[in-house]
Amino acid sequence: MKTASTPMVRFDNVCKRYGDLVVLDELNLSIDKNEKVAIIGPSGSGKTTVLRMLMTLEKIDEGVIYVDGEPLTHELRSGQLVLADKRYLRQKRGQIGMVFQHFNLFGHMTAIENCMQAPISVMGMTKAQARELALELLSMVGLGDKVDQYPAQLSGGQQQRVAIARALAMRPKVMLFDEVTSALDPELCGEVLSVIRQLGEQHDLTMLMVTHQMGFAKEFADRICFFDAGKIAEEGPADTFFDAPQNQRTQQFLQAVMQAT
Amino acid sequence: MWDWEYTWEILPILGEASLITLQATVLGFLMALVLGLILAILRMMAPKPVRYLVAGFIEFVRSTPLLIQIFFLYYVLPQVGLTMGAMLTGVIALGVHYGAYCSEVYRAGLEGVPKGQWEASTALNLPMSVTFRNVILPQAIPPIVPALGNYLVALFKETPLLSAIAVLELMQTAKILGSETFKYVEPITMVGLFFLCFSLVSAYIIRRFERRLNRQVRVS
Repeated sequence: MKTASTPMVRFDNVCKRYGDLVVLDELNLSIDKNEKVAIIGPSGSGKTTVLRMLMTLEKIDEGVIYVDGEPLTHELRSGQLVLADKRYLRQKRGQIGMVFQHFNLFGHMTAIENCMQAPISVMGMTKAQARELALELLSMVGLGDKVDQYPAQLSGGQQQRVAIARALAMRPKVMLFDEVTSALDPELCGEVLSVIRQLGEQHDLTMLMVTHQMGFAKEFADRICFFDAGKIAEEGPADTFFDAPQNQRTQQFLQAVMQAT
Repeated sequence: MWDWEYTWEILPILGEASLITLQATVLGFLMALVLGLILAILRMMAPKPVRYLVAGFIEFVRSTPLLIQIFFLYYVLPQVGLTMGAMLTGVIALGVHYGAYCSEVYRAGLEGVPKGQWEASTALNLPMSVTFRNVILPQAIPPIVPALGNYLVALFKETPLLSAIAVLELMQTAKILGSETFKYVEPITMVGLFFLCFSLVSAYIIRRFERRLNRQVRVS
């Protein structure tokens, strides 16, 4: 049932709760192929949870998430959608790649080993093939001369670029960026953002990012979603969103952010 | 008082017995290392009923004396049709007892690996086996090497308990020598010295090993 208009990612009435706390409240969100969407909003609004649900790091409470027209969180069994088991998740999860706020590089592996592990043990590449791929990706993020360094020997910005290369090695259709510059010194943000910019221009990738960098969101994203209390309070095209926000919460939030910077 | 001639005479016999002691130590500790890891992983990941069962087993083993466990395995199991040699029984008793202690150490090591490492492994779609072998364990084990090393020395020092089921290790041999000649001071002293030397040497080796690991793993 894949057509040209099938969204790459679709959240269909997705709910997520931790006990009594509702983190995502009947969320509906569609993202087209190659679309770049930036999610902004106050802390605790559920924006990171959106990415974590899509990466299958969190269990879904209600609703279904679809990727490329097929259910991700559920599987079809005799015509009915039931919660996906581990095996099904392993089959589908490869379509998604994620970059974390705190990099989460494997500290006991060099930069290139970080990028080689998944291609070897998931895609079944030989060491030589994985090495070639990892070299290519690390060069692309500007770290061709640091491949044998351990994460602790790299700056935060360099570590985050390794993490991007590591995620790309799995050839995902959708890339998730979870506040990828929040843990970085301001002068290191630029190198990470320019890698992301380059990815968006040169590759067919659907991108979903949670960010506090309003300037980057405006310039890079096609669409902005403002999250508040587990829902999308307001969304719109990036070039006009910041000019005339309608929602009062959006106005307050943007005003607070502008004052801070 | 001290009979040097007798000392030289029994030295080869004790030397041979020390091989049995070392054998029991190495085999018992290897078993403890493997069993401890399995128990720790089960306690972390198995379905809830299994987890409780494993936790109960660990608590039970840690709360009863090793000597009684050795006797139990040696004298009670044959009554239900399970007969093993004294040496094998001893190794299993040591392995199970220290396996229970090691599992707690492993658990601390596993819990010390940041959650982000698991999440990155999931995001990369790594199979659970690869996640454990290549991501989690290489980071969980180096910090716990000193604690595991302590248990190696502790286990070693408890091998004389195996004399209770007549394993011909150092202590049992010394007791036999003493009962033959009524000279206990020399054999027992020699055994004590042997334990002292081995403990000091292994403590030194563990420390060096630890330092090497720390050099290798520089986690940010």
